[in-house]
Amino acid sequence: MTLSFRTSKGGRIDRAKSVKFIFDGKTLVGQAGDTLASALLANGIHLVGRSFKYHRPRGILTAGSEEPNALVGVAKSAAAAAAGQSVPNLRATQVEIHEGMVIVSQNRWPSLGFDIGAVNDRLSPLFVAGFYYKTFMWPKSFWNRVYEPFIRAAAGLGKAPTAPDPDRYANRYAHCDVLVAGSGPAGLAAALTATRSGARVILAYEQGEPGGSLLHDVGAQIDGRPAAEWVSAVIAELAGNDRVTLLPRTTVFGYFNQNFIGLAERVTDHLADPDPSLPRERLWQVRARQVVLATGAIERPLVFPENDRPGVMMAEAGRIYANRFGVLPGRAIAVATSCDSAWRAAFDIKALGGNVVAILDMRTDVDPALKEKARAHSIRVETGCTVTGVKGTKRIEGVRLGRISGDTVSSAGSLACDCLLMSGGWTPNVSLHSQARGKLDWHADKGAFLPGDPVQAQRSAGSCRGIDGLAQVLADGARAGAEAAQAATGNAVDVPAFSASGSEVSSGWWLGAVPHDRDASRVRAFVDFQNDVTAKDVKLAVREGMHSIEHIKRYTTTGMATDQGRLSNMNALSIASTALANEIPQVGLTTFRQPYTPVTFGTLATTSRGDLFDPVRRTAIHDWAAAQGAAFEDVSLWKRAWYFPKSGEDMHAAVLRECRTVRESVGIFDASTLGKIEVVGPDAAEFLERIYTNPWKKLGIGRLRYGLMLNEAGFIMDDGVVGRIAEDRFHVTTTTGGAPRVLAHMEDYLQTEWADLKVWLTSTTEQWAVIAVQGPKAREAIAPLVDDIDLSTEAMPHMSVRQGHVMGGIPCRLFRMSFTGEAGYEINVPPSRARQVWDAVFANVERLGGCAYGTETMHVLRAEKGYIIVGQETDGTVTPDDVGMSWAIGKNKPDFVGKRSLARPDLMATGRKQLVGLLTKDGKALLEEGAQVTAEADPAPRTPALGHVTSSYMSAAAGRPIALAMIANGRARHGETLHVPMPNGAIAVEVVPPLFVDPEGSRLNA
Amino acid sequence: MTRFSFWDLALKALNAHQDWGHQWRKPDPKPEYDVIIIGAGGHGLATAYYLACEHGITNVAVLEKGWLGGGNTGRNTTIVRSNYLWEESEALYDHAMDLWQDLSQELNYNVMYSARGVMMLAHTVHDIQVFKRHVHANRLAGVQNEWLSAEEAKEFCPPLNIGRNIRYPVLGAALQRKGGVARHDAVAWGYARGADRRGVDIIQNCAVTGIRRHADGSIAGVETSRGFIGAKKVGVVAAGHTSVVMDMAGVRMPLESNPLQALVSEPVKPCFPCVVMSNTVHAYISQSDKGELVIGAGTDQYVSYSQTGGLQITTHTVDAICELFPMFRRMRMLRNWGGIVDVTPDRSPIIGKTPVPGLYVNCGWGTGGFKATPGSGHVFAHTIARDEPHPVNAPFTLDRFRTGRLIDEAAAAAVAH
Repeated sequence: MTLSFRTSKGGRIDRAKSVKFIFDGKTLVGQAGDTLASALLANGIHLVGRSFKYHRPRGILTAGSEEPNALVGVAKSAAAAAAGQSVPNLRATQVEIHEGMVIVSQNRWPSLGFDIGAVNDRLSPLFVAGFYYKTFMWPKSFWNRVYEPFIRAAAGLGKAPTAPDPDRYANRYAHCDVLVAGSGPAGLAAALTATRSGARVILAYEQGEPGGSLLHDVGAQIDGRPAAEWVSAVIAELAGNDRVTLLPRTTVFGYFNQNFIGLAERVTDHLADPDPSLPRERLWQVRARQVVLATGAIERPLVFPENDRPGVMMAEAGRIYANRFGVLPGRAIAVATSCDSAWRAAFDIKALGGNVVAILDMRTDVDPALKEKARAHSIRVETGCTVTGVKGTKRIEGVRLGRISGDTVSSAGSLACDCLLMSGGWTPNVSLHSQARGKLDWHADKGAFLPGDPVQAQRSAGSCRGIDGLAQVLADGARAGAEAAQAATGNAVDVPAFSASGSEVSSGWWLGAVPHDRDASRVRAFVDFQNDVTAKDVKLAVREGMHSIEHIKRYTTTGMATDQGRLSNMNALSIASTALANEIPQVGLTTFRQPYTPVTFGTLATTSRGDLFDPVRRTAIHDWAAAQGAAFEDVSLWKRAWYFPKSGEDMHAAVLRECRTVRESVGIFDASTLGKIEVVGPDAAEFLERIYTNPWKKLGIGRLRYGLMLNEAGFIMDDGVVGRIAEDRFHVTTTTGGAPRVLAHMEDYLQTEWADLKVWLTSTTEQWAVIAVQGPKAREAIAPLVDDIDLSTEAMPHMSVRQGHVMGGIPCRLFRMSFTGEAGYEINVPPSRARQVWDAVFANVERLGGCAYGTETMHVLRAEKGYIIVGQETDGTVTPDDVGMSWAIGKNKPDFVGKRSLARPDLMATGRKQLVGLLTKDGKALLEEGAQVTAEADPAPRTPALGHVTSSYMSAAAGRPIALAMIANGRARHGETLHVPMPNGAIAVEVVPPLFVDPEGSRLNA
Repeated sequence: MTRFSFWDLALKALNAHQDWGHQWRKPDPKPEYDVIIIGAGGHGLATAYYLACEHGITNVAVLEKGWLGGGNTGRNTTIVRSNYLWEESEALYDHAMDLWQDLSQELNYNVMYSARGVMMLAHTVHDIQVFKRHVHANRLAGVQNEWLSAEEAKEFCPPLNIGRNIRYPVLGAALQRKGGVARHDAVAWGYARGADRRGVDIIQNCAVTGIRRHADGSIAGVETSRGFIGAKKVGVVAAGHTSVVMDMAGVRMPLESNPLQALVSEPVKPCFPCVVMSNTVHAYISQSDKGELVIGAGTDQYVSYSQTGGLQITTHTVDAICELFPMFRRMRMLRNWGGIVDVTPDRSPIIGKTPVPGLYVNCGWGTGGFKATPGSGHVFAHTIARDEPHPVNAPFTLDRFRTGRLIDEAAAAAVAH
């Protein structure tokens, strides 16, 4: 195929540089600077896709991001396509071609030209709006097996990638004085004005090249030079200013509260061979003092029968392809319009040597100057004339004409053409203003919603607020830039004046369905192209009682396609308002939602993947444990050593050995992940008194106490050992997972309820590494390393804390405490010295026949003693008494968090679930954690269970499996036989006290 | 009103669909009703429907300040499941699950309930304990739920990444096979049409501005933007705005309102067979009939009535999805929106009587109300009609926050050591 649709000259493409790409298996040639759409048009290709519902052949309709039809799958190369790394649903009008790019058309099978799914188009008399709500209900079983799979297969557009994405995405945060969205005349004038005032400016624009309409408004002059030259000069000035950030290929996609703006920058997709150090896309999260929206206007289609056929195109798009890309959209081009701007397309195309067969204007009162100009170009002009249909399916061959007379239309013959440029006027692009929660005002004279008063620090400029004419737009942009800069910086700002010529003001518009002489119930005039919504569908929805515009949208799916109704919303609204016999502002618009155009998931996720998905917290001992071959488990953000298998050991064997070793000699355990909070101040004891159930005021300096914390509902929230370091200083520990929650809980109370208390909280989780040494030989293991603390039980009994030093001057807080039932210590040292201390202690432990143990062994050892784990024995519904901890409640305290709730009837009721031990009757079966416990072995269905197994382990010390459970009225059931029903039969269990080792607790004080 | 069927559709097609009538009327309010339902969301409309067809109470109005189905009914991610932990919740959600099975036929409106399976991923030892507890409890209660190994989960959902290389590897999953999705708008419309044809007046664009009570404290009616409307009984089903409405009757509700966001991708051909949820990484995902990936997240942290959530919630949700399904990283977000969810202290709903005679409330569904729509309406209608709760909603009283008899579904998600 030749590039015979290229003009001989003009355009901004690089005619010297050919680019080869593949479209549906066929190699095509474009020029550098082409979009995929312009390159396809240069090859004479209009048909590029199939519509969503009816699988109708569709062509390129626009030249911008509002494109509803020309959606394609794009891969960087044949290799990427083969590897399943394509991207579906990209707009051909936005894709910049590069060498080797592989493009596939979508929603067709087996081929774009012959698509089986097009049978839906034959069935369109049945497949009207909402038809699927009325059928596919019989027989019932067919929905899941037949109908739904069929509907799903026919729906969707492109194909999702199948392989993991190899590309990187980046994230930037930025602040600026003025963010300008859009680089057309208004945006450039605003950015230039703001920049000259000294403001820090970000200018973001959608396309690769800045300039917007100035790039194809070839007759326009600004300040005495061609508009495109003016653009270059402005961009050069902006680029030379280090307070300005220019962001090409960047979409302002979301406008959030407090002028927080999301931008998506496409960094490398347009390059054949990008620098591998660059990300594919970049997310910008910008806090802008002021925002100028210069997002332009979008040309509106005419809703006439068969307006969706390939070859029908927006008029301005035809002008863009001709002027900017040097491509003629057809060999015989007709123009159908109701506004002046489309005439410019005809004139420009004619000037480039194109064949414009006629201008068909619905209006009768067209500006004589336009008619005169058409005559000068020898272009046939028909006024009071409309298009009532087209001939041709995969490409138009001609159009039917209608003569408008009042409300009626009569046939006016036909016209042969292979391209029809249409224009119903312009819809100001108010998406971002609306996203920023700004109201919209209806302007009946313009047939448009325009931005009302902004709610946030933003203003609109140029044609997005209905300003027309280049000089006026430039002046409006300068005004907006000056106002924004002044508001942001407080500087006085000079407003530059621009002179402009050669770009006329456009008038005229049309909203809604175009009248025609055909059977309205049989022909289809499309409102939403991608989703195949016709004017008839909108009327049907109204007929069925869908009177809210939101109902009409949802029932017909108009405006819900990937273009989010950018072309269709105003026409749909107009048709609905006619059908409802109600004014447009009373019918109202649907909500504009972010993102403005689709944003890649990877760009939103940015660097959050793998280990960066959530920060991985590792203790100072982590590398040692990893080198020992430890298995790790995830506990909140931490990696914790789970168990330390020796060669040949599975988890079960390793844990049994570790447990036995701790009870017989000594074990060393990394407890660094426990949350730590330093509570300091004259009111520290009073504060803890209120936060915990326990009393603290009489706790002696150097003493430890187990603390229990409730939420407001009276249920156990967290626990941990607290040491009194000084009169006004406590070392608080929390569970690993609970640390952030507990600190927030404490701060919440301190700042909002008890602001009078003089207490300061500091998270010290990362300031102390904790080495737990547990077992009968614990003291022996650490004694040689302790510099200045008397370890004798008399001097340092169970539940005490000392500050001192280890290993010749390493500062430490030494806790004597136990979560195993054995005598034990927890050595708190700075993490920078932790490994050194750990190595020394471990050497002693090993010498004494001990070992390192992990969290699983810790869990078993504490379960043997009946110590609870918050979150395992408790689940947010458990009171202190439920787990046998009434002793932890300070009886004489006036108040503490949760105290009032503990007095609620249900929390004091009999029959609550209580912590018990369970022993399987056969002494062998290991219960499953989470299994239910019932009175009967085979309970009737829906019999409430008595409770459930919370913890279950093989106990080396008990020589049998043990379990903890929460059982209704459990403490009164010691000795009873209950049942744990499993899918393959119930397991009989005996209820016992939750204590399996050393009931007297004598080992603690050894 | 005609009965919807393929034949009816074909018949109407012969006359180019000119003969379809209203799916619901646009009535003016009468001076008085036996029952007024405040809020024409799925729950409110279902309540009106069951009042009419199960209790013979047809002198009913549903008042809606906006458009019917326009709140959380039209904003959720359409997931249906019933594998809850506590007996009370199991009964409530499974009651709804039973009604889902035949809802399209019952309403003669295709609500597209699709039993694709809802799979909840376990990423930690603690998750495994919690989900197994659910599976065992559900089995005894006759609620479908089963445990899958990571490999079985992958087999059920081939796009799932069960590699050890991700931050929180998948260790297993709980699967409810008859869980799935349904078409949210169709549920609201189907109930609206069904209620309307039985005589219920659905009055849209009618905001309630006050609640009038008799001298003895009982309900007299409601003040609205269209004037006073008398009522013997009033049921408040106003989701995130329930506390505002109840305040008009002098009842303070234990509710907080948070924004909750969701998003969809551009539509693609079928690539995702089921619903996958992960509480640990905060995301859930399914694919709609239309082909869009439908994705939801946890609530924003701050209480608010604004339907605009923060970008950081969206990005965190999407990164979780990309972590579990790395091929979706090149997919694109098409639409992102928020709703306001009303959350109780125990994350379970309140359905029942109030201290005001003749005033009933159904609220507090938090992030999970859609799935319960049929059951919620069914038991609430019973409660209003008989002035006493249905056995299924009897435990879900307002009073439980005073007695402490909570039904805490969030509790089991507590984080371990």
